[in-house]
Amino acid sequence: MQTATTATTATKKRRKEMGEVIHRIGRSPMAVAGLVILAVIFFLAIFADVIAPVHYAKQNLMHAFEPPSAQFWLGTDEFGRDILSRIIYGARISLMVGFISVGIAMCVGGVLGAVAGYYGGRTDNLIMRAMDILLSIPSILLAIAIAASLGPGLFNLMIAVGIAAIPQYARIVRGSVLSIRGQEFVEAARAVGSSDARIIFKHILPNCMAPIIVQGTLGVATAILVAAGLSFIGLGTQPPIPEWGAMLSGGRSYIRDYPYMTLFPGIAIMLTILALNFVGDGLRDALDPKLKR
Amino acid sequence: MANDRLLLDIQDLSIHYEVEDGTVRAVEGLDLRLGYGETLGFVGETGAGKTTTALGIMRLVPSPPGRVVKGEIIFEGEDLLKKSEAEMRSVRGGKIAMIFQDPMTSLNPVITVDRQIAEMVALHQDVNEKEALERAVEMLALVGIRPERAKDYPHQFSGGMKQRVVIAIALACDPALLIADEPTTALDVTIQAQVLELMKDLKRKLKTSMIMITHDLGIVAETCDKVAIMYAGRVVEYAEKRHLFLNPVHPYTQGLFNSLPDLDEDQEELKTIPGLMPDPTNLPSGCPFHPRCGHAGPQCATESPAMVEVEPGHLVACPVRGRKGDKP
Repeated sequence: MQTATTATTATKKRRKEMGEVIHRIGRSPMAVAGLVILAVIFFLAIFADVIAPVHYAKQNLMHAFEPPSAQFWLGTDEFGRDILSRIIYGARISLMVGFISVGIAMCVGGVLGAVAGYYGGRTDNLIMRAMDILLSIPSILLAIAIAASLGPGLFNLMIAVGIAAIPQYARIVRGSVLSIRGQEFVEAARAVGSSDARIIFKHILPNCMAPIIVQGTLGVATAILVAAGLSFIGLGTQPPIPEWGAMLSGGRSYIRDYPYMTLFPGIAIMLTILALNFVGDGLRDALDPKLKR
Repeated sequence: MANDRLLLDIQDLSIHYEVEDGTVRAVEGLDLRLGYGETLGFVGETGAGKTTTALGIMRLVPSPPGRVVKGEIIFEGEDLLKKSEAEMRSVRGGKIAMIFQDPMTSLNPVITVDRQIAEMVALHQDVNEKEALERAVEMLALVGIRPERAKDYPHQFSGGMKQRVVIAIALACDPALLIADEPTTALDVTIQAQVLELMKDLKRKLKTSMIMITHDLGIVAETCDKVAIMYAGRVVEYAEKRHLFLNPVHPYTQGLFNSLPDLDEDQEELKTIPGLMPDPTNLPSGCPFHPRCGHAGPQCATESPAMVEVEPGHLVACPVRGRKGDKP
């Protein structure tokens, strides 16, 4: 009985805190709009098989280059493939590329940044100078170089985009770790016999989640954009996989006569990135304790 | 020179910080002894090296710039300075626990208090998570926190409650030695009294030895058996509490007692010891207190004072007042 009440009050309290963050996001109309758009895109991506009118690779040369109509809502491309279906399937690819490459960057960059910030001194210098070298190369150029050396393909695309984003996360995590490292609870953790790894992963990193989450959300948008750019120049996904950037690139030669072939994938990219940026900004405001009330 | 009756025996310990302006001699040739079950009050001004000594015992002196230059820290018959880092990890928390000054910042803000206690238990005892959490709730009950607060986060507690949690963490593995670094400085007086009462009580129950670092002689009078007065990195006087309070011998100790305001007198100003703490990068030669000392003779500037027993168990490091056979 006693433990049951304990558990319920605890969950209630935790729910209340989560609720507070959600409430604060809810007060920003832009963040809500972003969340709604993202939810729709996620829904489309997950249920693409059911929602899309036809399969993304289904060619229908009889209907090539058709403008938007009742049958093909967003028109067809040079092989008569339904652009709407391709955009819906493309959501899968873009979101996957975005989240997985950010995941790679976050894990590697996060660990590097945490180690650099925690140990300081020569370790810090070594890691951060390496990151500086990576940062001194424009990230799109770096991604192009990596993608070119790994060869085209979806998997290599994610790795390339991920590696190019590592330095940003390393820097952010290092900064947060530096601000947390000096706090007394870290020393207290050391005084109870915790190992360095335990202190970094259990005590320090959970305390710097807020900036990482915000950067991650914004980073997904950048990653999608970079991936689209790489696909556009032919280093990303290979046909017939309907990546949005690849679709843009495919429609490029017909842009004068059939602008909708590039217009609609472009809008899809723009909407997704806009939504992610809105959510990222909203999260930053909601997680920033200084802006409370 | 290990002594079986002693829990902790520190011999000639020196800890230096090497910084740009020179070497800060934070602890210099310190000797200290602590028996089983005793409480030692460790008194001195800010910068006297109290906390550095405590961190030295835990082997947590930040390095660089800190460095243990020489000495021995014999704990339960073994020299802590010779242990490997892995061995030290099991000593920390398991055998020697530490309570930090500020309870507001010594708890991790994103972990519930029961998990923080359980972490300590899981690190040092062979228990599963559920048992560790049960132990955590027991410990909370021991320091007077109701079990339904176990799943709360630190920010949901008041300062005094947080310090209770910190005490619960420190005592969770039944350490032989508890080092409390100014455990009540950040608390207001009524809470101070409660926390001190609690610590005394638990110490008696768990038979833990304790080093109480403080600059409040009132706390010493309240809680300790023995007192070590520290000045500029060394112990200048070490005695049973009664002896020290009834007849302080070292001029610095006397100065400390004189600076306490008198209840019966109408004092306009507090009495102080003239001068300032010496610059730790440039300590005076001989006895570090001699430039401020009213009793200083010519030998004080040259002769580094050794600890002399002026009465049984009462040691003083003063070349003028601490001569053998001199009745204070």
